[in-house]
Amino acid sequence: MAIVETQDVIKLFGDVKAVDGVSLATRESEFLVMLGPSGCGKTTLLRMIAGLEQPSSGDIVIGGQVVTALPPRARKIAMVFQSYALYPHMTVAKNIAFPLKAQGMARDERQKRVERSASMLGIGHLLHRKPRELSGGERQRVALARALVREPAVFLLDEPLSNLDAKLRTSARDELQQFQRQVATTTIYVTHDQVEAMGLGHRIAVMSGGKVRQLGTPQEVYHDPADTFVAAFLGSPPMNLIETPGYILGFRPENFLPKEVFGANGPLLSIPCRVTRLEYLGSDRLVYGTTEGKFEGHRVISKLPSNISAPIQTGERHEFATPEGDLKFFDPRTGLKAAPRAL
Amino acid sequence: MTTLERGLETRQAPPRPAGGFLDRPEWLGPLMIGPAVLFIVLVVGIPFLLALFYSVSDISMGDRTMRFVGLRNFIAIWGTTNFQTAIWNTFVFAIVSQILVIVLGTALALALLRDFRGKWLIRFLLLLPWVAPISLGTIGWLWIFDSTYSVLNWTLETLRFISPNDWYMWLGIPHLAMGSVIAVHVWRILPLATVILLAGLSSIPHDIHDAARVDGAGYWRHLFEITVPLIRPIMLVAGLFGLVFAFTDMIVIFVLTRGGPYDTTQVLATLAFFTGIQGGDIAEGAAIALFLFPMLLAVAIGFLRVARRTEVV
Repeated sequence: MAIVETQDVIKLFGDVKAVDGVSLATRESEFLVMLGPSGCGKTTLLRMIAGLEQPSSGDIVIGGQVVTALPPRARKIAMVFQSYALYPHMTVAKNIAFPLKAQGMARDERQKRVERSASMLGIGHLLHRKPRELSGGERQRVALARALVREPAVFLLDEPLSNLDAKLRTSARDELQQFQRQVATTTIYVTHDQVEAMGLGHRIAVMSGGKVRQLGTPQEVYHDPADTFVAAFLGSPPMNLIETPGYILGFRPENFLPKEVFGANGPLLSIPCRVTRLEYLGSDRLVYGTTEGKFEGHRVISKLPSNISAPIQTGERHEFATPEGDLKFFDPRTGLKAAPRAL
Repeated sequence: MTTLERGLETRQAPPRPAGGFLDRPEWLGPLMIGPAVLFIVLVVGIPFLLALFYSVSDISMGDRTMRFVGLRNFIAIWGTTNFQTAIWNTFVFAIVSQILVIVLGTALALALLRDFRGKWLIRFLLLLPWVAPISLGTIGWLWIFDSTYSVLNWTLETLRFISPNDWYMWLGIPHLAMGSVIAVHVWRILPLATVILLAGLSSIPHDIHDAARVDGAGYWRHLFEITVPLIRPIMLVAGLFGLVFAFTDMIVIFVLTRGGPYDTTQVLATLAFFTGIQGGDIAEGAAIALFLFPMLLAVAIGFLRVARRTEVV
């Protein structure tokens, strides 16, 4: 168990700032997700925490100890790689035992621990196989077992689910969360998949351009985005952003519905739209439109749950609305969250 | 018939493109591979069959008759001391040089895998022995080892390791001569082995090395439990080629020592040449040259089997 901190960490690759002054701190036993598009520096940051990359400046602190100068093996961390990085020439048992062997643990103790972590992940029957004889999901479990077996202070996971097919990913997500709860070890998880991030993380660090844009619970980053990047990155489809002189107005597609749906409750901001395209997704309908009236000429999306059967046709002009309480305001210069204002 | 089907019907037989038989795979394929097959048959196949044929005959230069003598040539050479010496020397030469090549090649390849300033220069220098003509390079070494002008002795003397009175006769003293020919052979094969091993090392995914570091492996454990096992198949292939090459090659020894002093660097290839070509006893030369053929074949098959079994990915 340990707290991981990065203190003003910068990583330069040539002239490119891959990580640009990140200061983060996990909490005890926390599941922290670093979320961002590819190239945002999240994997580099994780590799610096692991000790696989050296920060250009700044410090990494694990469990109160500055580990910046220490090699990976001295950091009490375990890492699961996107490719799983299983040793192809070793059996599953030897793969899992490798970190213990490197510690110089006695054979009997090693075997006991290997069996324990293998049974915890339900791969006890695979111990004599080679990695190439395993399915993607089994490989991922072996990688987790290899990380678990040394009882590390911190788990570092680099997109461990991205090589699984969609169906397996859902169940693996569930297992991963249960597993983390069970071992209660501080975990840092890197992903570009917002569904994984929202579903797994106690807190999410949304990253872009080498910086952490926002650190908060899934609810906070979704409902109270710190800037337009976070607002547009999270949510599917992303938040509608309408730029006006003086402020940027943001509202989620699921709150932006045909006006008649709302009835008479609460103050609404009404925006007439010309419907340009419809997408039927089963559980939802997406309505793509162009705003008219006061905020003319912006593309917006409305997400209608399937229980709303308001008839909407392509080409027609329809009155849409969003509750005023769900409106977000951003500064057009900095993109940062701004105070609500009267419209 | 519907309109659609009629449409398909008319499109069924397009006009044959002009161009003749070169456009037909059943002609073009054999035509393209023909020169290679011809080359192998003329340069490898026929001489090999001739050697087989000669080795069981009593052919010699200047004699127009030829009789079948069975295995008499093989039995005759087996009893001679210089043949036995040559076999022993061949094994020492091939195995020692191959061990050195694999060890040094792996070390060099590991060094070249890293990024450092001037890497291109090191790579260039390393490949130089491979691109230079072998006999020219070896003649250069002849000068380096020369008993009077040896640059090696000069260097050792300047560094005060030896006095002017005990300059080494590099190629004139039995053990030194064997050491010298092995050194030159290693110098010559090393570039190829390094390049092959480098290819093997680069094919290991980087994540595997990262995982080993995170898992706490130190340098030697990482090297011997991760890196070397992963390149073992390619090491075996490099070793196999090197070994067969060392068993059958004669340029280095021919140029440097001609098998001397007192036959201490005489290997089967040089012995076969001196007996068969220079000595005129073609039948016996062929028998010497073919002596190791069954063994090399077995070595090759064994190596390839092991390489396939240890194939990891």
